[in-house]
Amino acid sequence: MDIASITASQVIFFILAAVILAGSVMTVVSRKLLHAAVYLLFVLLATAGIYFLLNYHFLAAVQISVYIGGILVLLVFSIYLTSQVGEKMDEPGIVKKTVTMLISMGGAVFCFWVLCTGQFPYADQIHLNEIDMHAIGQSLLGTERYQYLLPFEAISVLLLACIIGGILIATGNTKKED
Amino acid sequence: MFDFSVITCWIDNLLRVEWGLPDFWTLAIEFVLVGVALLTAYALIALVLIYAERKICGFFQCRIGPNRVGKWGLLQVVADMIKILTKEIIPIKRSDKFLFLMAPFFVIIGSILTFAALPFGLGLQAIDFNIGVVYILAVSSLGVIGILLAGWSSNNKYSLIGAIRSGAQLVSYELSAGLSLMVAVVLAGTMQLSEIVEAQSDLWFIFKGGIFAFVAFVIYLIAGHAETNRGPFDLAEAESELTAGYHTEYSGITFGFYYVAEYTNLFIVAAIATTMFLGGWMPLHIPGFDAFNAVMDYIPTPIWFFGKCAFCIFMALWVRWSYPRLRIDQLLKLEWKVLMPITLVNLAAVAVAVTM
Repeated sequence: MDIASITASQVIFFILAAVILAGSVMTVVSRKLLHAAVYLLFVLLATAGIYFLLNYHFLAAVQISVYIGGILVLLVFSIYLTSQVGEKMDEPGIVKKTVTMLISMGGAVFCFWVLCTGQFPYADQIHLNEIDMHAIGQSLLGTERYQYLLPFEAISVLLLACIIGGILIATGNTKKED
Repeated sequence: MFDFSVITCWIDNLLRVEWGLPDFWTLAIEFVLVGVALLTAYALIALVLIYAERKICGFFQCRIGPNRVGKWGLLQVVADMIKILTKEIIPIKRSDKFLFLMAPFFVIIGSILTFAALPFGLGLQAIDFNIGVVYILAVSSLGVIGILLAGWSSNNKYSLIGAIRSGAQLVSYELSAGLSLMVAVVLAGTMQLSEIVEAQSDLWFIFKGGIFAFVAFVIYLIAGHAETNRGPFDLAEAESELTAGYHTEYSGITFGFYYVAEYTNLFIVAAIATTMFLGGWMPLHIPGFDAFNAVMDYIPTPIWFFGKCAFCIFMALWVRWSYPRLRIDQLLKLEWKVLMPITLVNLAAVAVAVTM
């Protein structure tokens, strides 16, 4: 690639890609649990950055609020209550190491093979205009073809059931203590 | 009303057409300019707020507040800033160095990112996201991570307890803060901040939206105030029980980051409340009073914005210095048994009222 023809978004993409790659390797390799969680945080943040770069702001914001604001905070909380500063995970054995190495190498080779031989007919047609929020909202809550009211409602009911279940468990425990 | 996009377009035009720079360099220069402007605003707002807090706190406690350095003590905060910059950062034995040094950056980045989407005036907005409200709610959740990491990596009981309290508090109060903002979204019919401000051009939501908007505004102020970890919700850093909570072990500028982030978060909460309910930079327009509206338009839009923010901030300081600290169970009870049900009912009611 010619250095002079490089665009600003390409530079940003390369930075984000480097963060994702380094972060994912460090997440797996790190033997301190909370460090791994922080590397995972960087991976998730950089992924959100790629969504921003593609002008899909809604997905980026959802990525940040769900994965970082929700899941990662839960993860950190649970690591928090179970481990201490300076604690390290045990070094995995040689068999475990080789098996994981082989599997991940196989995965990497497979991905490369798909990338090199696969056809990506829509790659040139990506429209980099911002996707209108109204369009997203209507396709989530519409009943026509390519609209998703039923899955949306099913997931809402599932989440509601989870919340009520959580409250039930919480109240049940306090009664026992009395 | 003066449109500030005239100035930004002039700079863009100067770089692209007059100097004939390629896209890459134009964008690079503009990114740096916007970044420098936002960071300067960030630091200046924190300085002004620290001075205001000290003076107002002094007023509530029948003291004068800072009055020696400079006229009315105006240079006191500048002196304090220089002092904190020169202080040593003390490394803590048996702490987790990597996380310990990284935690303050999460806290400060979480609040700087919100600055990108705030409309400070007509045309004074770095990025006008289609989903502005969701973006602001999303990036403000980054601060929680910083607080949790700080508490854990300090390897100190007080920090740990402070961070757990703070985490529980932030995660629960985020809900009613977000849901009460949705009332303004329902009233405006959009999540784009510039359009929300435009929708208030005939009258601000706090007046136009009736009881719903008022309830949502009050709940947002309470929940937002709780999210800034300030009294009466400051039990995460309760000095009488936990020394200084999650930032006990920090010194020098790493402590300064927490301090600055606390004050700018105060400003951000006020700015969001202003944008969503008090009309943002929109001057006070009353339908039917055309002469009055025209006079109001002569006041520059940033003055409107910062004036309304100052009002909200004063309310927050007033509450802070008037009420005693809550206990953790009272704090969570307030959120889950009082604020959340009211917000949900309010949101349902406003949705029904708007569709009717």
